[in-house]
Amino acid sequence: MSDSAARLSVMKTYKLYVGGKFPRSESGRVYEVTGSKEKWLANAPLASRKDARDAVVAARKAFGGWSGATAYNRGQILYRIAEMLEGRRDQFAAEVAASEGLSRSKSAAQVDAAVDRWVWYAGWSDKVAQIAGGANPVAGPFFNLSSPEPTGVVAVLAPQESSFLGLVSVLAPVIVMGNTAVLVASEDRPLPALSLAEVLATSDLPGGVVNVLSGRTAEIAAPLAAHQDVNAIDLAGAGEALAKELEIAAADNLKRTLRPSSAPDWAADPGTGRLMPFLETKTVWHPMGM
Amino acid sequence: MASDTTQPHPHPHPAPEPDPFSPFAYAPAPESRAIVDIAPSYGHFIDGEFREASDGRVFKTIAPASEEVLSEVAQASTEDVDAAVRAARKAFTGWAALPGSERAKYLFRIARIIQERSRELAVLETLDNGKPIRETRDADLPLVAAHFFYYAGWADKLPYAGYGADPRPLGVAGQVIPWNFPLMMLAWKIAPALATGNTVVLKPAETTPLSALFFADICRQAGLPKGVVNIITGDGSSGAALVEHEGVDKVAFTGSTAVGKMIARTVAGTRKKLTLELGGKGANIVFDDAPVDQAVEGIVNGIYFNQGQVCCAGSRLLVQESVQEEVLDALKRRLTTLRVGDPLDKNTDVGAINSAAQLARITELTEAGEAEGAERWSPSCELPTAGYWFAPTVFTNVTQAHRIAREEIFGPVLSVLSFRTPDEAVAKANNTPYGLSAGIWTEKGSRILQVAQQLRAGVVWSNTFNKFDPTSPFGGYQESGFGREGGRHGLEAYLDV
Repeated sequence: MSDSAARLSVMKTYKLYVGGKFPRSESGRVYEVTGSKEKWLANAPLASRKDARDAVVAARKAFGGWSGATAYNRGQILYRIAEMLEGRRDQFAAEVAASEGLSRSKSAAQVDAAVDRWVWYAGWSDKVAQIAGGANPVAGPFFNLSSPEPTGVVAVLAPQESSFLGLVSVLAPVIVMGNTAVLVASEDRPLPALSLAEVLATSDLPGGVVNVLSGRTAEIAAPLAAHQDVNAIDLAGAGEALAKELEIAAADNLKRTLRPSSAPDWAADPGTGRLMPFLETKTVWHPMGM
Repeated sequence: MASDTTQPHPHPHPAPEPDPFSPFAYAPAPESRAIVDIAPSYGHFIDGEFREASDGRVFKTIAPASEEVLSEVAQASTEDVDAAVRAARKAFTGWAALPGSERAKYLFRIARIIQERSRELAVLETLDNGKPIRETRDADLPLVAAHFFYYAGWADKLPYAGYGADPRPLGVAGQVIPWNFPLMMLAWKIAPALATGNTVVLKPAETTPLSALFFADICRQAGLPKGVVNIITGDGSSGAALVEHEGVDKVAFTGSTAVGKMIARTVAGTRKKLTLELGGKGANIVFDDAPVDQAVEGIVNGIYFNQGQVCCAGSRLLVQESVQEEVLDALKRRLTTLRVGDPLDKNTDVGAINSAAQLARITELTEAGEAEGAERWSPSCELPTAGYWFAPTVFTNVTQAHRIAREEIFGPVLSVLSFRTPDEAVAKANNTPYGLSAGIWTEKGSRILQVAQQLRAGVVWSNTFNKFDPTSPFGGYQESGFGREGGRHGLEAYLDV
């Protein structure tokens, strides 16, 4: 300890993650992020409406490639995210502990669970089509097949409390089947999300598949909910009043909307409840005959 | 098309008039309407009984083919809506607690009674809606019975549906349906709701209330417990009251995208689960290797079936440039053989437009098509003087910017656009906020699979069009709504998952 005390540590500049790059907010704004005891942790970017729109453009641009990748490929990339995280468990445990005021052992458990969650969802990539789709026995000479497809660009409001396990629990199910995401980090606890972007950037995940914004949830979420090129919105991180407001805005282009649950248990078996809301069922009719 | 047409048609470039001695000259073959006994008036069906509107208000329902008044029905007030929701709530506990095998048997009974009464219901539907008897008899009614039969079988197998070991019903479903397939939309709404243990309040469209009221009688014949199915009639305000009602746990709506958005705003911030099946602007893509005669049949079926009043209609024809002329010539030839007229005539292909308001909408959009520079064509065609009629219409020289290429017309109007490469076809097909249906015509199997994968639409028909089946999930992407009806997928809308 005495050796390291002599050395001044190198602090990290936290940045947004948009289109595979790490820009500052175009607004030039930052806000102070403090830990559980009001200890200053960092200045995080205070993303603007313009940042949100830029992120949507990046997500849309990435959609064709990501949704067109094979399920096997997407599964391997999600598993790669788990691998990269595993090697940085200590860093994330420290960030989660500082953000959420948890003991190191509790925050380490959160990070471990988050790593395992990536593994769980990685395995779903090439299985969902078989449990959510299939051939339909229509009364006629047709081969009739239903398949799940990603809905498109999904805005994800990460949970406010659970800054990492909650975050991973809402992000992974959105992207595993080929959607691209604009993720709004927990407003007061954005640092684990911003650091996750560094993991995503080194896991072969194509740029733009996940875009991470930090700032005021209400300010960033409003343009996302109203955006005509966003197909769905996960309201996990919105309080009751904001969720209603955003749901009304989302109706304008009939976004698929996942409402927040009152007491989410991020440690519980996630099931498929966060996968299916962001999938479309496409049914194709093929005539049979000689 | 009437074979003895003498009136010249006002539209430019009329086709040659049909030859009265041609094989397409048919003698009238009207279906008898004696099989249907329509009462002079109907009340709401609430808690197992017909009752008058609380405030006594009524409105008339007419036959769009003749403007004849068929009956008078009750206009639901908020008080009526409340009574219906309370009846459904009261019935819910018992209905949900019934063993699935018992609920199944009620639905099987309903399916059987529909089959027994299908000719009566087909004639009734044709009278109230204006669609040809050939369609109600051969498409609507068989699909209605099949839908109840299909979901009947699910009622005691829900633990195997993939929604958990013991999926629960939601409660009271408020359901609002359109006028284009009145009884079929009722079946799509009521069958899965009842199979999963929900009770329902259903409002049929203002212009086509009768088949739902006859269905109430079928529920009575089947011995369905009181309050499990409640039917209220009325206009949009009655539907809005139902959707807004606090006692409703689930809202299911089929209709226009504009109303769908209003409903989505209404249920925002509530516990109500919502499914919407809305408008479309389906692309029917014809590649240069398509079998032309089959494709033409598919184009005709895609846009003139049910007078084009179909949410999944193939209203945009995308034809590859190299075969455009050949396809359009064949299409126009085929259209001269379509018979427009008396919906009760068994030879009729195209019936009446459902209402004066819908006719006005079609007229307005087609006028916009001409004003924006598209070229309009209709076969020579004598339309009846009474009722609401619109000749099958084709627009060529349509650009993607034209209103007739972007907006849902919901009438027998085809907009023709062309393309050179498969990529261009896909880009144009997907250039719409809708995403309900699409068609692909080509002999090349690998192209079908690739294009079908790239199309952003809930239903894709390859080398066929407008096929439906109770086992096959149906519903849209984007602004065509969300949720699926039909198949295992259709259960989800009514379960607590």
